[in-house]
Amino acid sequence: MKYVEVLVVGGGPAGLCAAISAAESGAEVLLTERSSILGGQLIKQTHMFFGSEKQYAGTRGIDITDILIDKVAELNVEVMKDANVLSVYEDGVISIEQNGKYMKVRPERIIIATGASEKSLAFPNNDMPGIYGAGAVQTLMNIHGVKPGHDVLMVGAGNIGLIVSYQLMQAGVNVKAILDASPTIGGYLVHASKIRRMGVPILTRHTVKRADGNDSLERATIVELNEKWQEIPGTEKEFDVDVMCVSVGLSPLSELLFQSGCEMKYVREFGGYVPLRDSNLKTSLDHIYIAGDVGGIEEASSAMVEGHIAGLAAAMSIDKQHPAFESLYKDYQEQLDSLRAGHAGDHIRAGMAKASL
Amino acid sequence: MRIQEHPVLDFKKGKPVEFTCNDETINGFEGETIAAALHAAGIKVLSHSAENHRPRGFYCAIGNCSSCLMEVDGVANVRICTEPLKAGMVVKSQSGKGVIK
Repeated sequence: MKYVEVLVVGGGPAGLCAAISAAESGAEVLLTERSSILGGQLIKQTHMFFGSEKQYAGTRGIDITDILIDKVAELNVEVMKDANVLSVYEDGVISIEQNGKYMKVRPERIIIATGASEKSLAFPNNDMPGIYGAGAVQTLMNIHGVKPGHDVLMVGAGNIGLIVSYQLMQAGVNVKAILDASPTIGGYLVHASKIRRMGVPILTRHTVKRADGNDSLERATIVELNEKWQEIPGTEKEFDVDVMCVSVGLSPLSELLFQSGCEMKYVREFGGYVPLRDSNLKTSLDHIYIAGDVGGIEEASSAMVEGHIAGLAAAMSIDKQHPAFESLYKDYQEQLDSLRAGHAGDHIRAGMAKASL
Repeated sequence: MRIQEHPVLDFKKGKPVEFTCNDETINGFEGETIAAALHAAGIKVLSHSAENHRPRGFYCAIGNCSSCLMEVDGVANVRICTEPLKAGMVVKSQSGKGVIK
């Protein structure tokens, strides 16, 4: 059995920032990441970030990853890659599999930063090869340099749908149309207008009726929806596409939290079941903290800030106080408030009201 | 279908390697995922579902959804969307739920 002060599960933006802040507070940190590279979904974000400079606005996601990894390397953080956390036991012991070896770790505090997974959409033949999560296509293109296919139908006009459509065109792939079932475009208008200028129609109030093909996708049929979100007969249109990207939201990867026994709640605004948490991001269990999308679907910017808060707070709870704790803590809370302010943050604030301890 | 030129990204590739998928020789680059190499070679159907035998490809590409499970070097249920490619790997479509050896 290995003993550590703070274990961070997940090496994405939230986990990296949690590890940085906990280590800067003087805690001995173990960071586990299931893949062979740190950075989580940041490593495929070629666009420049919004928000404020404190969350690296104006910097591309891929470059933010390097900044965070360099910081982690300077600190007292042991990094375990290719490491799957398998279980969180009631007595606080966790088990990890790495390269076929099984081991147990007993941390004083655990920060779960496992992120989220892409949702699917129900329609006939939605399981056909050629139909992918939009993030999957982003991984294929932006990390591996492989095109998903020739002609794409994008389902979902939120920020991910819009950004991935733009990135598909950058990679030389034809985007035939972007659909969204809702009457308005969910993503930022700056992204939407850029895509419209490139000649791609954004069809609101439309959904996928079915997919067809011989072994893999060849054709998608879409249909218009009325104000009650019901299909309008006779409005079907067909697209010859070999790729469909489904970008209809994410759900938190909260299995480890369920296992731990902390109090969970279904919060629609957060994309699924999430743990109840206090303002330190501590769950109903004293030794378990959360950061990032696992606590509710948001943006990478807020995931990073949450990581810092959870790292500071978890370390503080085992008497490892950051020399600038007071001012940093206040600053991070203010950054979160400002990221969640205004109309765009309405649903996050609503979710937060339901998920707070 | 590999991207030849990209306005933002510069793809760092491992060394070119050969591997087999269902006895067919495929070229890829060391360290990329098996799924990426197969997709670049035009292979989208990775297996068929256990009960209804429907074709299966990957869906999430980050190791969450289990839609891409294949047998790699005799080990069943490998998530090929995250498994790095090595020279000489033997990749096979598994039938049913795979056999743990």
